[in-house]
Amino acid sequence: LAHGAGGKATRTLVEAVFVDAFRNPVLEQLEDGAAVSVGGARLAFTTDSFVVSPLFFPGGDIGDLAVNGTVNDLAMCGARPLHLSVGVILEEGFPVADLQRIAASMARAAAAAGVEIVTGDTKVVRRGQADGCFLTTAGIGVRERDVTLGAATVRPGDAVLVSGPIGDHGVTVMLARGELDIEADVVSDTAPMHGLAAALLDAAGDGARVLRDATRGGVATILNEIAGAAGVGVVVDEAAVPVREEVLGASELLGIDPLYVACEGRLVAVVDAARAAAALAALRAHPLGAGAALIGHVADDPPGLVLLRTAFGGTRIVDLLVGDPLPRIC
Amino acid sequence: MTLATGMKGTAVRARFTVTGIVQGVGFRPFVHGVATGLGLAGSVGNDAAGVVVEVEGAAADVDALEAALRERAPALAAVETVTRTALPATGAVGFTIAPSDPSAPGPRTLVSADTAPCAACLAELTDPADRRFRHPFVNCTNCGPRLSIVCDVPYDRATTTMARFAMCPACAAEYHDPRDRRFHAQPVCCPDCGPTVRLDGVAEDALDRAVQRLAAGEILAVKGLGGYHLAVRADHEAGVARLRAAKHREDKPFALLAGDLAVADGLVRLDPVAREVLAGRRRPIVLRPRRAGAAVAAAVAPRTAELGVMLPPTPLHHLLAADLGRPLVLTSGNSSEEPIAHRDDDAAERLAPLVDGFLTHDRAIRTRVDDSVVRVARGRVVPVRRARGYAPEPVPLGFRVLRPVLACGAEQKVTITLAAGRRAFPSSHIGDLENLATLRAFTDAIEHLGRLFAITPEVVAHDLHPQYRSTSYALGRDDLEPVAVQHHHAHVASCLAEHGWGPDDGPALGVAYDGTGWGPDGTVWGGELLLASLCAARRVGHLQTVGLPGGAAAVRAPWRMAAAWLGAEGRDLAVAGRHRDRWDAVTTLAGASATLATSSAGRLFDAVAALVGVRDTTTYEGQAAVELEQRVDPDEHTAYPVGPARDGVVPVGDLVAAVADDVRAGVDPGRIAARFHHGLADATVRAVVPAAAAHGVGTAVLSGGVFVNQVLTERVRAGLEAAGLRVLTHERVPCTDAGISLGQAAVAACGGRPVAPGEGEGS
Ligand SMILES: [Fe+3]
Ligand SMILES: [Mg+2]
Ligand SMILES: [Zn+2]
Ligand SMILES: [Zn+2]
Repeated sequence: LAHGAGGKATRTLVEAVFVDAFRNPVLEQLEDGAAVSVGGARLAFTTDSFVVSPLFFPGGDIGDLAVNGTVNDLAMCGARPLHLSVGVILEEGFPVADLQRIAASMARAAAAAGVEIVTGDTKVVRRGQADGCFLTTAGIGVRERDVTLGAATVRPGDAVLVSGPIGDHGVTVMLARGELDIEADVVSDTAPMHGLAAALLDAAGDGARVLRDATRGGVATILNEIAGAAGVGVVVDEAAVPVREEVLGASELLGIDPLYVACEGRLVAVVDAARAAAALAALRAHPLGAGAALIGHVADDPPGLVLLRTAFGGTRIVDLLVGDPLPRIC
Repeated sequence: MTLATGMKGTAVRARFTVTGIVQGVGFRPFVHGVATGLGLAGSVGNDAAGVVVEVEGAAADVDALEAALRERAPALAAVETVTRTALPATGAVGFTIAPSDPSAPGPRTLVSADTAPCAACLAELTDPADRRFRHPFVNCTNCGPRLSIVCDVPYDRATTTMARFAMCPACAAEYHDPRDRRFHAQPVCCPDCGPTVRLDGVAEDALDRAVQRLAAGEILAVKGLGGYHLAVRADHEAGVARLRAAKHREDKPFALLAGDLAVADGLVRLDPVAREVLAGRRRPIVLRPRRAGAAVAAAVAPRTAELGVMLPPTPLHHLLAADLGRPLVLTSGNSSEEPIAHRDDDAAERLAPLVDGFLTHDRAIRTRVDDSVVRVARGRVVPVRRARGYAPEPVPLGFRVLRPVLACGAEQKVTITLAAGRRAFPSSHIGDLENLATLRAFTDAIEHLGRLFAITPEVVAHDLHPQYRSTSYALGRDDLEPVAVQHHHAHVASCLAEHGWGPDDGPALGVAYDGTGWGPDGTVWGGELLLASLCAARRVGHLQTVGLPGGAAAVRAPWRMAAAWLGAEGRDLAVAGRHRDRWDAVTTLAGASATLATSSAGRLFDAVAALVGVRDTTTYEGQAAVELEQRVDPDEHTAYPVGPARDGVVPVGDLVAAVADDVRAGVDPGRIAARFHHGLADATVRAVVPAAAAHGVGTAVLSGGVFVNQVLTERVRAGLEAAGLRVLTHERVPCTDAGISLGQAAVAACGGRPVAPGEGEGS
């Protein structure tokens, strides 16, 4: 079963099983979180599960990953994050010291993001039934802005922005597994992006179309989802995509494409071209967005596809992948 | 006439139904000529199935006509069947040509391939007294453009890109005269009524000026039959180097246009088979060993021992080559990786930065058709790319396809195949599907060929690889029933299909050696022994596996395969020294749990090419193996030994170790290359012969892109034949992934059971 790597396989699984079973208009939008109203209050609600190996890696661990991931899902709905819950599944024999370390990390991340972890649950399963520690966080936030965000609002001519160099988190985790004996000076980008998102939304105003955090499947998957949902083409300029030297080097060695590598503190934004310069400036003015870049634009053709303009002026189709990338060339 | 018939005996009457490519190829004038020559009465006409001839006369003359139908058909015809029905004589006199009935239902004309000028047209081209003297578009029913200009069926002038050119009275008279060579030649034209050649938009002296500018070393875009070429003097160092830089093409050899066989003979060594195919009507690029001292610029084909040469595919090219008096580089009009430009507006936009000028004309190209490529080695014509001059000719099948099939090919060198009845129609070369333009050509080919051949598929065949774009396309066709065909089964089946195999024919022992293909066990296959029929396949052996460090990155970097095979033990070798900073990391990556394992023969060639210093990284598919083969020392006859196969696994690691030892010992790379080729060939024979015996199989099939390599192919063939096996190799479609769609179509048409992983597998 190739349903772990993000991208098309996960998407197919989700659509086949859950969307079908739970069918409702909010879920069917398949955005990062749900925009709901409760007694007149405009809320955002989201949940995410975290399984990562190793649990501790340069720049973070599963704890701050779980807090930031849910904070970011709320931020991508244009909401201010407020309260989080956490569910913990532990494998029997999991070291208490590690658990304390994870808890401390979660507390620090929550404080930094200005949210409170207000409820939780812990289960211990028998050895072998889980891999150390799994976390599930859920969160609610309040939507204070009067903007409608969503892939369906994207239209031809819009600009595509990314808030910083891509692939840091995924490459860090791959190398941290230690199997490869490869050293690279790279740390996870895990960070809470609600402040960054707010800065962008302030600058873009009603020109903001959609925000996504480029987690599993990376920027390529996000852009494919947007192209598919909006029925538009997305054209990315390869030379404009920010990637750190170290990440590029490690990716080349591992034979992976940074466009497909997960980030945990990078957002992709589509904004009206007229507001692109302002939005980009706002991102760059924020500490988390110093490396932001305009990487491409939305086109009416080809609908549903993402194209990469290569250095030689060629165009390559950037697919929504089924599972891990397999060699396609002979 | 009646008296003569009477003297020979009682008149008989017969109807002949002729099927195949028999319309639009001058078949009716041909029959008219034969019948009137024999003094037969009757008629000839087209119908839905082909050509129908009714004749009446002396029995011997009717028999002679039948023989002529079977054996003397016009150049572009391909007669598949001739059926004879006896009728009562009616006392008819005279012979008539019945007009076509455009409303006739059912399967129609098979569109033929684009064809080089025939001898009669060439004679007119060079005859100052002829009205078509130096007319760049001279053609007749025996030659000229076909597939590239056909927009729709039925095949008629109105449905080609010649529709906008109204025939002058002289051309119209030829077109309507059943005795004329141009009777119903749809593209017929002359200087008065045909297309106009222009250089940078100006018609006056366009050809003369083009020749002058080429002579001066300029690069011109030249509109050919199926697309634009880029042309530059082959001996012009600066011009060729400039073209290479402009195309972003680092190493892949450029093809050459030679004006005639004598010029070609000065470039490459020709043998009778090579001469025949070079000068034949299909006009492929022919790959042959280059002559020492061939007057071509170094940048034409860096580091290769072969050159690709073609003779003029159109009258326009004849004039260019003759006037220039020396060979031209003639390479496809594109930037690397993109499909060849064929629409004028697109060409003007995309090629402008690459060229100094445009030699173009106003006959539109409907369908992009690339140059075909063949290798001629040891008297065999080995298809490398099947396009102009070959497509869209059908491959006759050894069985009837009950439900029409669309087969979508693989990912690189893609072709599609439509199969219905007893025919499969492989498309012309389309290209690598990673480009949007290529993907569009792919969907256009599916739609256009379906209409031309009136095939509405019910089944769609695709590769097992979940990430090929052709797979995505196939699975997106909700209207068709999908059949997944494993890559190497498709390779073997493509060869079986072109040799007339049917679903009831038992299995053959298939040797599928190629770069990569997805296996049903979640590893990357590519060095497979399959017990395969068209209906099913089972893996009965394979090359020893090794990690593919970095997936696609390993395919582009042969040195990684050397690292994968040798690991830390290879550290002392020159190849490790050249990649010191990453050697250890890549060897660990090769052994990592997440790294895919591969049995690929292509990757084995890569490892050896890197070890002997032939090539560390590649810029086009198969480059390392091509260059390694060209290094083979023909005087070296020994082979590296390979241990016996165990559980079907051929221990080719022995070859890598032996190569490394000889590299350390300073043995000449040409001798190492030879010993490696021989060792792999011998190990293959040693694995195939007992497997064939164990399964009671008398036929072996060699397919997969690695068998473009003729040193390997011929040694394997010789070994297997010496052991009493019949050996099938490709003659119609390439052994590369360009042949995959034909194999998929055949398998899907036969029910397409999944490949069994086979015995001795640890999956
Ligand atoms: Fe292949
Ligand atoms: Mg999420
Ligand atoms: Zn002719
Ligand atoms: Zn005319």
